[in-house]
Amino acid sequence: MWPPSRRPAPTDPLLSSVLVANRGEIARRIIRACRALGIRSVAIYSEADRDWPFVTDADEAVAIGPPPARESYLNIDRILDAARQARVEAIHPGYGFLSENWRFAKACQDAGFRFVGPPWRVIQQMGDKVHARQLMAAAGVPVVPGSDGAVDTIDQARDVASRIGYPIMLKAAAGGGGIGMVQVAAESALDAAFAAAQRRARAAFGSDALFVERFLEAPRHVEVQVLGDGHGRLVHLHERECSIQRRHQKLIEESPAPNLPADLKSRLTTSAVAGAKAVGYENAGTVEFIVIGSDFYFLEMNTRLQVEHPVTEEVTGRDIVQAQIAIASGDALHWQQDDIRQGGWSIECRVYAEDPAKRFLPSPGRLARLVLPTGLGIRLECGVAEGVEVSVHYDPLLAKLVASGSTRDEAIARMAGALDASVFDGVKTVIPFERRVIESAAFRAGRVHTQMVEEGAFNG
Amino acid sequence: MAEEVKAHITGVVFQITAKAGDSVAAGDPVIVLESMKMEIPVEASRAGVVREIVVAEGQTVQEGDTVAVLD
Repeated sequence: MWPPSRRPAPTDPLLSSVLVANRGEIARRIIRACRALGIRSVAIYSEADRDWPFVTDADEAVAIGPPPARESYLNIDRILDAARQARVEAIHPGYGFLSENWRFAKACQDAGFRFVGPPWRVIQQMGDKVHARQLMAAAGVPVVPGSDGAVDTIDQARDVASRIGYPIMLKAAAGGGGIGMVQVAAESALDAAFAAAQRRARAAFGSDALFVERFLEAPRHVEVQVLGDGHGRLVHLHERECSIQRRHQKLIEESPAPNLPADLKSRLTTSAVAGAKAVGYENAGTVEFIVIGSDFYFLEMNTRLQVEHPVTEEVTGRDIVQAQIAIASGDALHWQQDDIRQGGWSIECRVYAEDPAKRFLPSPGRLARLVLPTGLGIRLECGVAEGVEVSVHYDPLLAKLVASGSTRDEAIARMAGALDASVFDGVKTVIPFERRVIESAAFRAGRVHTQMVEEGAFNG
Repeated sequence: MAEEVKAHITGVVFQITAKAGDSVAAGDPVIVLESMKMEIPVEASRAGVVREIVVAEGQTVQEGDTVAVLD
């Protein structure tokens, strides 16, 4: 139970019904927000998810196809058919799957449904990483030294690299989530790396356009939650620290960010709001930055609800998912920036079905026994139930443990207890690894950076 | 001496990267599995010649299943 949110008084009636185009814990989270607002919720599910809790949580559920995501949760036609069949007004995409696919957002709009997210043109702009970087730079947001646009040839890449200096990163222009990135230590390795990065980009995103950035050693990942109402108001909900990552994907997040000087924090939030305003942002979004010392650079903008949104809800007392739905209904956001305070401390540990002893290899299987922690300051966003099959077809996120307290130490102590009390028998999870992280001197001191997990800093 | 290459995780066969008659070195990928949005190569445990790939793209394999036989 987090503090009650002050939902903006609706100026128009809220939406009457929402289809949740997602699965697992985030589907349950959105369904819960719908219920709190008196909105009818409709789940969609693949054959693999028939017995998962989100299907029964929803007021109605529509089967949409076989287990592979491209035949179910990534199939735009089938999702729109389900939306028509269930006669909903709006579609919430959650995160992952089609949430940052501008074609899906446009298809929803063209079919007469409201899309709970930003306008499709904004998703398109921010999804093109080169274009996003140019727009942010034009808005005065610092960007990582690198190529101004996509580089087409190895010679162009070599020119940029010699200007900004090695090591560099080659990134897919159409990419995100760390997919398709190749690090290049020195010029001698550039030829092979360029070819590999092009191949990966083409395979993952259908485009081999690359851009070049300086590789930054030991950076922190700090991001700012923003919320815009489409009526001219755009506020931030402070920052999150998300440096504990593996494979460029987050494991542990918290708000506030530890050891973040007030002036740096202020520059981050000011930049995030300026950047989001410059692209006409609406609904919930996150501006991601990398921070090195007192410098920071724009990384990317996530045009959707973020996995780690609960830590922000905990410290601000604001329900971001309910606000998303209110904004999609056409409501003006009555939140004043100065009223949005950050109180206490909140930490999230993602529970992935992966084996930390085997370099985080996936660990599918039947969940034979499930014990969930409880207690003061503990919040659970759990997608699974005892007996469900954790299949090979989807992301391995099972649940999120969120621990909050008045201080960081208190939140960490509560998280330690929550991790110890959790049982996810039948699959391996990252919990033992996360337990070591939060025990470590580096984490306790808030001295974290994004490369620590891969450097083996927490291998006890 | 034939040797079976076994899957070390459960997944769906995403790609077959070697074919019967190919020479492989220890550590070369024989097939690539997709599991939970990750692509994971299944590697030859020793050098040899591929006698047979016993799985097809799109097939689900369990941890410990044989995916290929090496001579």
